[in-house]
Amino acid sequence: MIEALRKAKREDPGDISGKMQQIAGTFGLSESEVYSIATFYHFLGVQPEGAHVIRVCKSLPCHFKDGVKILETLKEQLAVEEGQTTHDRKFSLEVVNCIGACDISPAIMIDEKVYGSLTPEKVVAVLAEYKSVD
Amino acid sequence: MKHCREIDANRISTYEERGGFQALKKAVSKLTPGDVVARIKESQLKGRGGAGFPTGLKWELTAKQKEKERFVICNADEGEPGTFKDRYIIEHDPFSLIEGILIACYAVSACNAFIYLRVEYSRFAPLLENALEAVRQRGYSGNDTFPKVNIEVVLGAGAYVCGEETALIESIEDKRGEVRYKPPFPVSAGLDDKPTVVNNVETLMNVPRIIENGADWFARIGTERSKGTKVFSVCGDVERPGVYELVMGSSLRELVETIAGAQSVGMVQVGGLSGRVVPYSGIDVPLTFDTVLGAGAIIVHNRTRDPVEVALKSTEFFLEESCGKCAPCREGTQAIYQTLLALMRGKCSHVALGALKEIALAMSLSSMCGLGQTAPNAFMDTLRHFPQAYESRVAKG
Repeated sequence: MIEALRKAKREDPGDISGKMQQIAGTFGLSESEVYSIATFYHFLGVQPEGAHVIRVCKSLPCHFKDGVKILETLKEQLAVEEGQTTHDRKFSLEVVNCIGACDISPAIMIDEKVYGSLTPEKVVAVLAEYKSVD
Repeated sequence: MKHCREIDANRISTYEERGGFQALKKAVSKLTPGDVVARIKESQLKGRGGAGFPTGLKWELTAKQKEKERFVICNADEGEPGTFKDRYIIEHDPFSLIEGILIACYAVSACNAFIYLRVEYSRFAPLLENALEAVRQRGYSGNDTFPKVNIEVVLGAGAYVCGEETALIESIEDKRGEVRYKPPFPVSAGLDDKPTVVNNVETLMNVPRIIENGADWFARIGTERSKGTKVFSVCGDVERPGVYELVMGSSLRELVETIAGAQSVGMVQVGGLSGRVVPYSGIDVPLTFDTVLGAGAIIVHNRTRDPVEVALKSTEFFLEESCGKCAPCREGTQAIYQTLLALMRGKCSHVALGALKEIALAMSLSSMCGLGQTAPNAFMDTLRHFPQAYESRVAKG
């Protein structure tokens, strides 16, 4: 069922909550049970997402390497707050706990990829790569 | 960890030509499952995921269960902040890991195994799948010589608590990653209530080398109760962050100053945010299960770092990651966090701070799992070693 939630997110990131009733039916669960599982895990959830999910690590090693500046830069560049998706539905910005890239902190994930040893300038450059596609 | 720099993680032949899978061959053709368990017991290998449970004993308890269907799970949910050593092993030598899993399966007569890979490492799933496919193609499972074992990669979904073995199992069973009451332990009732071995990546990586070279090869290095080597991941205020393998009993100073190039050290979190905070005065401590260790995370903080902020951010992590099932952890992390926040704002009294010590003790004694039991560590240790940092912020009057 967790896989089904993941698949629903991939296929239609803008409308996960719409899929929950369907998933509940398929697995013989109540919608609230599905909700309970979806909201337990940081990478699931019931909020709509953009085409690309940016996850900024806030744990101590990244925090002490000015992770806050990285988050601020992203908020500014994308004009969103944490937990929000850009108007054009291209990017979602989330804050997460340790992603295991502490050797290259401060680090973020965009979808499956990790970007580390970041500075505000490098963040802008990384975003530009994504913005230039389609 | 000798293969990590020598082989190509995408080409099984580079592992085979260095003797890879000879240990598995030896195990399945020349040893009984009981022999394999005995050798791992003799090596005195202990779990490398932080808890340090004797691996041979865990396998033995599983193997002697009446229930015939058994499972082996590789815990690749490495989530402790500051830990990235399992990531390194997976990236550079997935074959040792897979061989370790296959040997474990033979030892406990399991036909099915899972690699529970944290979702933050999903980019390595293809590498693992390719390695598994290569292992199948080369015939190391499912023929006259090698028993058939299915190994499946299962992704996590973002939950630190799923590094705890029962929460991990709940997650594989498609539920919320809530911790189970123990006993029963997974060795008797784990996945689908069947006997299940849950072992850390690094633990399993050591297994083929022990079978290949003998228990004594492993047991003759290290200390009396901490044999072999330990892989550490060093980060924070150091010149050379990275993954380093040391003989058990090596000093923290050697690791952080000599090897990783730390200067002006204020304190080190040994074992990540749930570990012990070692002040610079304690830097010569040997790294063992009996002193300070954890799963291998070493976070170095220089003298500019604020001990109270270390405690605050550490506690915040556990507050967020708590599964919520048991009150000591769910409520205790909240209480410590809110009080520390008030302290940072100059609005905390001596009484409030004193009350936290009671809460911390209650958490360490009565939390259902290691998360709640160790969540108070950063606070308690910084309070003990840096009382001035706290005193100076307590509200007077």
